[in-house]
Amino acid sequence: MTNFSPGTFAPAPGRGRLSRMLIAQARIEFVLTLRNGEQVLLTLLIPLGILIGFTLLNVVPVPSPRVDNITPRVLALAVMSTAFTGQAIALGFDRRYGVLKRLAATALPRWSLVAGRMLAVLGVVVVQLVVLGSVAAGLGWHPHPAGLAPAASLILAGTAAFGALGVLLGGALRAEVVLAVANMVWLLLVVAGGIVLSVHALPRPLSTIAAVLPSGALAEGLHTTLAQGVTPWGALGVLLAWAAGAGLLAARTLRLS
Amino acid sequence: MTLPAPLAAVEVRGLVRSFGTVRAVDGLDLRVPPATVLALLGPNGAGKTTTVEVCEGFLRPDTGVVRVLGLDPIADSAALRPRVGVMPQGGGAYPGVRAAEMLSLVAVCAARPLDVGWLLDVLGLTGVARVPYKRLSGGQQQRLALACALVGRPEVVFLDEPTAGMDPQARRLVWDIVSRLRADGVSVLFTTHLMEEAEALADQVVIIDHGRVVAQGSPAELTSDGTQRQLRFGARAGLDLGALCTALPAGCQASEPRPGGYLVEGAIDPQVVATVTAWCAQQGVFAEDLRVSRRSLEDVFLELTGRELRP
Repeated sequence: MTNFSPGTFAPAPGRGRLSRMLIAQARIEFVLTLRNGEQVLLTLLIPLGILIGFTLLNVVPVPSPRVDNITPRVLALAVMSTAFTGQAIALGFDRRYGVLKRLAATALPRWSLVAGRMLAVLGVVVVQLVVLGSVAAGLGWHPHPAGLAPAASLILAGTAAFGALGVLLGGALRAEVVLAVANMVWLLLVVAGGIVLSVHALPRPLSTIAAVLPSGALAEGLHTTLAQGVTPWGALGVLLAWAAGAGLLAARTLRLS
Repeated sequence: MTLPAPLAAVEVRGLVRSFGTVRAVDGLDLRVPPATVLALLGPNGAGKTTTVEVCEGFLRPDTGVVRVLGLDPIADSAALRPRVGVMPQGGGAYPGVRAAEMLSLVAVCAARPLDVGWLLDVLGLTGVARVPYKRLSGGQQQRLALACALVGRPEVVFLDEPTAGMDPQARRLVWDIVSRLRADGVSVLFTTHLMEEAEALADQVVIIDHGRVVAQGSPAELTSDGTQRQLRFGARAGLDLGALCTALPAGCQASEPRPGGYLVEGAIDPQVVATVTAWCAQQGVFAEDLRVSRRSLEDVFLELTGRELRP
């Protein structure tokens, strides 16, 4: 009656090792991001284009050395693109395709549904830092050595803040709406959120707002620390506050499908 | 001294679950004994998926008690999930993930998974192992979802419309697997619209509509319904059934549902068959294709849930 030998499906349940599960999930999401053309455009090619273009072409007035002023902003852009925009869109479509339910039905603990994504995002951010940092160095970028450790903390906090915002957006709305909103917010923050233009260059009410946005805090913080080597505690505080606020909210609103 | 009843694989009592003002499940009871197969049958919107998702711990019941292997699907989720295999409706995978990568990821979550390569091969997915999920056909996505449900060697399996979108060969394969699961001691709860599937696989069929159980029992019990049977035969169209109806015992009715196709319903016994053939002889017609049959599960289903289309 059946082509399977007896005992083929004899139950032998059990939970896999937590570290292996978490790494396997993070690895697959990391690989999928780098395999996705639109994600590579968003997370690597656009920041690279801005870094090289704005450094070499004198289209926008930038204090010299140009590369030292542009690189911190490009790094902020890269973190925002990956942790917020890219992640929100991926999460929106993953929910549509039933991934979260699929994973939630395995032995993977619930918290790792988000933790695995964050690990993957961190992995992509590291790739971005290596690529953008190397190209910037090739263009003559000289960061202040004392600013490297604070910059790493800022990038971690920025990834957490933008990542939490990405989960908040991508985990609650329909995939198409997530796509539209994530791109619109990205553009708004690039132009008016302190990324491309310094917070101080923005007109009055906007400059005050941009300074407490995660985009403005990350860009200005990176700029300050990489130029002067001081730790920008204010920017770090703003980013951690966003991470905590958005994270708490996202934990309540995240939907599996 | 009586032995305690074996712990049910799935036990649902008085389950109610609403979405807004719609009661998707409205006081449902069901029980899947260990190593048996239960088919949840019902029209679209009857509450099948809601019931399964409550059992899987994805939905919280409004009221009622749900136990899987004696555990609460939500409160005991961490202990329960490794023991349960789930095939959600429409599958579930990253749009860009390759079939083999997805199955490997689910396999890593289990302590003693089935061999991923073997499982892909058995389900006919080896040729598309490197194809991204969104480019698989509907049937291939379904087979991958089934593989994901089985790979962890679960004790209980929930399959929500496992054969939807599959060709007949793949459907037979799924039937084969479900039979093997039961023989190996796995308990299975699956939903379907296919009567044939429920009849072929299930120890127990539960027909639900508007969130309530309208009938349950083994396929044989559901279709036998005491002595109710049907006698069909073919003859010249437009015969006068008056004399036949008088000759038949009380409770038996004759009709001509389509021209030239005659149907006698009721307690069909050898005497009734003799009456019908005698009447045919009187009419000077030859009864062709005369046969007596049980009601099919489909007849039962349509009788219970009506014939109008569901949205």
